[in-house]
Amino acid sequence: MLEIKNLEASINDKKILKGLNLSINPGEVHAIMGPNGSGKSTLANVLSGKNGYEISGELKFQGEDLKELPVEKRAQKGIFLAFQYPLEIPGVNTNNFLKTSLNSVLKSKGENELDTLSFLKLVKEKCLELGIDEKILSRQLNVGFSGGEKKKNEILQMKILDPNLCILDETDSGLDIDALKIVAKGVNSSRNKKKSFLVITHYQRLLDYIKPDFVHVLSNGKIVKTGCGELAQELEKTGYEKLN
Amino acid sequence: MKQQELEKVKEYKYGFTTDIESVRAPKGLNEDVIKFISNIKKEPEWMLNWRLKAYERLKNLKEPNWQKPKYPKIDYQNLYYYSAPKSVENKPKDLSEVDPKLIETYKKLGIPLQEQKKLSGIAVDAVFDSVSVATTFKDELTKKGIIFCPISEAIQKHPDLVKKYIGTVIPVNDHYFATLNSAVFTDGSFVYIPEGVRCPMELSTYFRINASETGQFERTLIIADKGSYVSYLEGCTAPMRDENQLHAANVELIALDDAEIKYSTVQNWYPGDKDGKGGIYNFVTKRGACRGKNSKISWTQVETGSAITWKYPSCILQGDNSVGEFYSIAITNNHQKADTGTKMIHLGKNTKSKIISKGISAGFADNTYRGLVDINKKAKNARNYTQCDSLLMGNKCGAHTVPYIKNKSSSAIVEHEATTSKINEEQLYYCNQRGLNQEEAIGLIVNGFCKEVLQQLPMEFAVEAQKLVGISLEGSVG
Repeated sequence: MLEIKNLEASINDKKILKGLNLSINPGEVHAIMGPNGSGKSTLANVLSGKNGYEISGELKFQGEDLKELPVEKRAQKGIFLAFQYPLEIPGVNTNNFLKTSLNSVLKSKGENELDTLSFLKLVKEKCLELGIDEKILSRQLNVGFSGGEKKKNEILQMKILDPNLCILDETDSGLDIDALKIVAKGVNSSRNKKKSFLVITHYQRLLDYIKPDFVHVLSNGKIVKTGCGELAQELEKTGYEKLN
Repeated sequence: MKQQELEKVKEYKYGFTTDIESVRAPKGLNEDVIKFISNIKKEPEWMLNWRLKAYERLKNLKEPNWQKPKYPKIDYQNLYYYSAPKSVENKPKDLSEVDPKLIETYKKLGIPLQEQKKLSGIAVDAVFDSVSVATTFKDELTKKGIIFCPISEAIQKHPDLVKKYIGTVIPVNDHYFATLNSAVFTDGSFVYIPEGVRCPMELSTYFRINASETGQFERTLIIADKGSYVSYLEGCTAPMRDENQLHAANVELIALDDAEIKYSTVQNWYPGDKDGKGGIYNFVTKRGACRGKNSKISWTQVETGSAITWKYPSCILQGDNSVGEFYSIAITNNHQKADTGTKMIHLGKNTKSKIISKGISAGFADNTYRGLVDINKKAKNARNYTQCDSLLMGNKCGAHTVPYIKNKSSSAIVEHEATTSKINEEQLYYCNQRGLNQEEAIGLIVNGFCKEVLQQLPMEFAVEAQKLVGISLEGSVG
């Protein structure tokens, strides 16, 4: 699914990722943990194709080199990023945004676009499944949403766009326990043999609900340790300090 | 076609020219030309005298020059003031007599005129250069007593109505361009809605400039009698030419007691090329009088075309409890310039006005909102709310807001809000990450920004306008 070899990334001449290696197979859930400033969000940005980064090394998604692909092409090919800080877009109805996005993705795959009725049916179904109040659909995209609502909206979008690789960038930060459960439910109910997840988090808390196959520790732009689920609990006790 | 031309056509799809034989007035502006126009329109003497009075007045007027967009001096003697397809010289009685070339032209513009293909629920008056070539649904409207016809026809057939109202909102001795129009106006629409009648369909005029070196001087007069209602829409396109062409229109609206006029414009004149060569000078005077109590006039404009747009659709709120509204989207890209806004003149008691202006600038364009809220001493409890939002794309364009407020009534409440923002890179990134390409993302964000105005448009046109908003900004980022 995802093949990263010796990835380096800098922004404004500052090197953030310094030779990162990571390989994710279909159906796997990987968690990335690490202290502030270790490069977690940079990794998410670089994978999604955000502008402004100087990049070297190998970056392959489903066998294809990602480096030259613009953000929307990567999204259309099935890379989804749940934002740490989802953006507000005034005047744009959430439903309309979701529908436009989904249809762009479908169109790029050569599939039929959904008409309004079938879309509404789909979106209602997903809201019900996740326990999200449908009211957010008729509101302006993320405008005046609480932190929890914004994150739930990200998970709803993830469900609807049905990507192959889902990257969750600190989706758990600032969430109360109920919202956290919705996020976890969104991930767990989507897990299957074809779909992979990259869960970026500070805390072990989220990993109580989403059981990762692998846990990686990112420090100073590199993965310094990899283990299974227990590694997260260990880190919670000892902190990141000891790893350096 | 050469590659370059192909690209041009892609940018502005209405840029074609209809090859048609036309009758023109001799070049230049003088009494003879005015007499020529009046004569060819078979006008009564009072109309000619009215024109000549305007022309006398014009001689002592100077072009205003306080506006932000400057332009090279216009040589008024080097213009044609009348140009019409030869085939409409003898006015066609119905569509079967209209030159197929003209019908084809409007078809290409998305305005089918033929009986069987007429746009449902919309009556269209099609104005080609200086003449109206066809009006649809006339019979159906006549049954309700509604008059919807070219103004040249109204002058002949309904002289009393025209005489009573023309020049009462924009007087014959107004500013330079308005007075020029009064002297040489050629065609436009006339609408009269009788007392208590709610017009059952949208009325619409489609203006097309075709001939070169020709100015278009449209004159439109709409009268809504007591307790009546009408929604009117105008659309405009022109061929692509390297010269600048002048469109100086006068539009007068009159709403009597309890009447309502909703006037919408989708202006898509040729904006000039990427380097600012060519395009229409859209110098238009639009004014509405809420003459009766509880009357309402609402202007909605989507201005995406023209090299320079310079207009202030205004409301004179004379009747007590009358309401004036102005909803505007002005989009300028490349080297386009706009100086637009409104004037709300509060004279009656409890008069209310609302101004929502959305200016969008991209490329090297410059966009100014200029508005006046003038509240008279007698306008007790008058209220105004103004909101001006500007959106900038890139860092070579400009946005300016110039609101004037004159308030002489101590009980009046005036509110003004203004914002200026840039399209945010992060917003674009967010949309891209959801699979939208750059242009879809911009279209979405800009349509969101304009939403309050777009939702004022009649349904049939809102979708078109939304697309137009996206197209006008194509290629403006990245």
